[in-house]
Amino acid sequence: MSSGFGTFNEEHEAFRQTVRAWVQREIVPHVGAWEEAEAFPRELYDKAAQQGFFGLKYPEALGGTGAGVFFEAVLHEELSKCGSGGVAAGLGAQATIATGPLHLFGNDELKQRFLVPAIRGEKIGAFAVTEPGGGSDVAGLKTTARKDGDHYVLNGSKTYITNGVVADYVIVAVKTDPARGHKGLSMVIVEKGTPGFGVSKKLKKLGWRASDTAELFFDDCRVPVKNLLGVEHDGFGQVMGNFVWERITLALGAVGAAEAILEGARSFVTERHAFGQRVSQFQVVKHQLAEMATDLEAARQLTYHALRLHAAGEWALGATAMAKKVATEMCCRLADRALQLHGGAGYMMEYDIQRHWRDARLGPIGGGTSEIMNEIIAKQLGL
Amino acid sequence: MPIKILVTAKRVEDYESKIKVNAQGNGIVLEGLKYKINPFDEIGVEEALRLVAKHGGGEVVVASVGTKDVHEQLRHALAMGATRAIWVNHAGPLDQMTVAGCLQKLIEKEKPDLAILGKQAIDDDQNQVGQYLAEWLGWSQATFASKEESLESEAEKSKTPALQLSADAKTLTVIREVDGGLETLECSMPCVVTTDLRLNQPRYASLPGIMKAKSKPIEEHTPATLGVDATPKITVTKMEHPPARKAGIKVPDVATLMDKLKNEAKVI
Repeated sequence: MSSGFGTFNEEHEAFRQTVRAWVQREIVPHVGAWEEAEAFPRELYDKAAQQGFFGLKYPEALGGTGAGVFFEAVLHEELSKCGSGGVAAGLGAQATIATGPLHLFGNDELKQRFLVPAIRGEKIGAFAVTEPGGGSDVAGLKTTARKDGDHYVLNGSKTYITNGVVADYVIVAVKTDPARGHKGLSMVIVEKGTPGFGVSKKLKKLGWRASDTAELFFDDCRVPVKNLLGVEHDGFGQVMGNFVWERITLALGAVGAAEAILEGARSFVTERHAFGQRVSQFQVVKHQLAEMATDLEAARQLTYHALRLHAAGEWALGATAMAKKVATEMCCRLADRALQLHGGAGYMMEYDIQRHWRDARLGPIGGGTSEIMNEIIAKQLGL
Repeated sequence: MPIKILVTAKRVEDYESKIKVNAQGNGIVLEGLKYKINPFDEIGVEEALRLVAKHGGGEVVVASVGTKDVHEQLRHALAMGATRAIWVNHAGPLDQMTVAGCLQKLIEKEKPDLAILGKQAIDDDQNQVGQYLAEWLGWSQATFASKEESLESEAEKSKTPALQLSADAKTLTVIREVDGGLETLECSMPCVVTTDLRLNQPRYASLPGIMKAKSKPIEEHTPATLGVDATPKITVTKMEHPPARKAGIKVPDVATLMDKLKNEAKVI
């Protein structure tokens, strides 16, 4: 099956082989230990940076390769096959939400200070929107940034922040004019070590365990005005613009993980025997796998559609919302069916499927819930 | 002194693919298989690139025999850094003598200083092409070039490389794997070397490498234009899976185990 027909060319597929080999050598042997430790070594960011993984869509002048979004799409698909959603998320965030806004909205100085070292893997970034009190309501954020001379004074907190503990800088969505709702939103960059900024806790999670997810606090934290990203009060559009690529990569990650899940299930039922034959020889099992493969392919093609639209420069908000919802929900369904096909083994910690099952569940929540995706889709319908 | 090395890139089934014998029992089911460069050849490409870099430049020419599908493996070697590629266009079964014959003719045309091949291909594990090639060319040969460990560590980098070319490029010192240890050979050049698993850890094909590979030339030949008779001299007549392992038994205690090992299995 040529699932990538019309989307990926020979060079993309050659790069896929490189990423696959890299994942097999650098990540797969350590997944168990890193999941147990609920962290992976910082060195992995260096190794990924050496392969150019964080600069695929950024220009050579900034240390990227300018290769384009299709190459990065390949990266996200293949990273998610490593068996640890957390490792894929930690590395993935560096290529997307931690660097994308800098590239899109940062001035030259901010690019030199943050984007260039991030592409090199020297600085790790995080992107902080969600708050403990507010969930996905971007317009209703509570963290404020009051201007005081040439500084902003930040107060508030952020939660569920990927790479929040290790991050050297955090791009924070703040209210620069709390009275104006979504028109009073801005993005500022806060560096590690800034007085008044810190990590309140590292969060324990159902899945994505190897990734670091933090709750952050800002207590009269003074940030220079030159750390403002883009235009003051224009943060809402900037945050929304960043979401499109993030959601496409989450859909791609779900597709990649589902591929690993399907292969794991296929391999398990082919080797396992029951009632005198291979489990895979039962028609009911064959049909289940056929349905799973079809479910995956449908989600994949919708995801590729959103990817192609975005790559062509279309504003793919609706298609991306559909793809993100369909692909992440498909991944949950496949993980659940695959777990069932594993029988008792599916419930045991020693098999990979339990981790896939836990990791997949983040999909319809992170980067905007399925319900938020429905809101976006409904708006596109004029409702 | 710049050197020229010929390497190979056989297209083989991915070792992660599930291999099944076909209904005729004389080959494998090709449906759904994925393909890769033979891992031993990939190690050969890596070693050639290192040697050339160390000796102040030169050329690594990669060759493969097969249908146009082998371009994928040639491009992989080019993306790793090989200079150019040669494709011997041939459809249908191939035996080791045809492959060695094609390589011999290519080497007579190209006149490299050295040929580095995988010790065998992971598909049919013949382990013959390098040996035929050296014999027919009248070159010296060193098979199973190896190192003590494959891990790319600082310790490894400081060790003596398994392949060392003398300053005048007249002799090649090769460390090779033998039963229970390592042997060091000094070969007069030109020479054929075949690689073992522990020789090195091949680099990743980098993104810039992949983009550059697109514009590197692939020269086309056929066995006929090279003057090689491609009629197979060996045919696979039968292929079968290893017998399925019988279920084991559980014994209640050590005494029973000892008894069974002594009197039934007769192994102690």
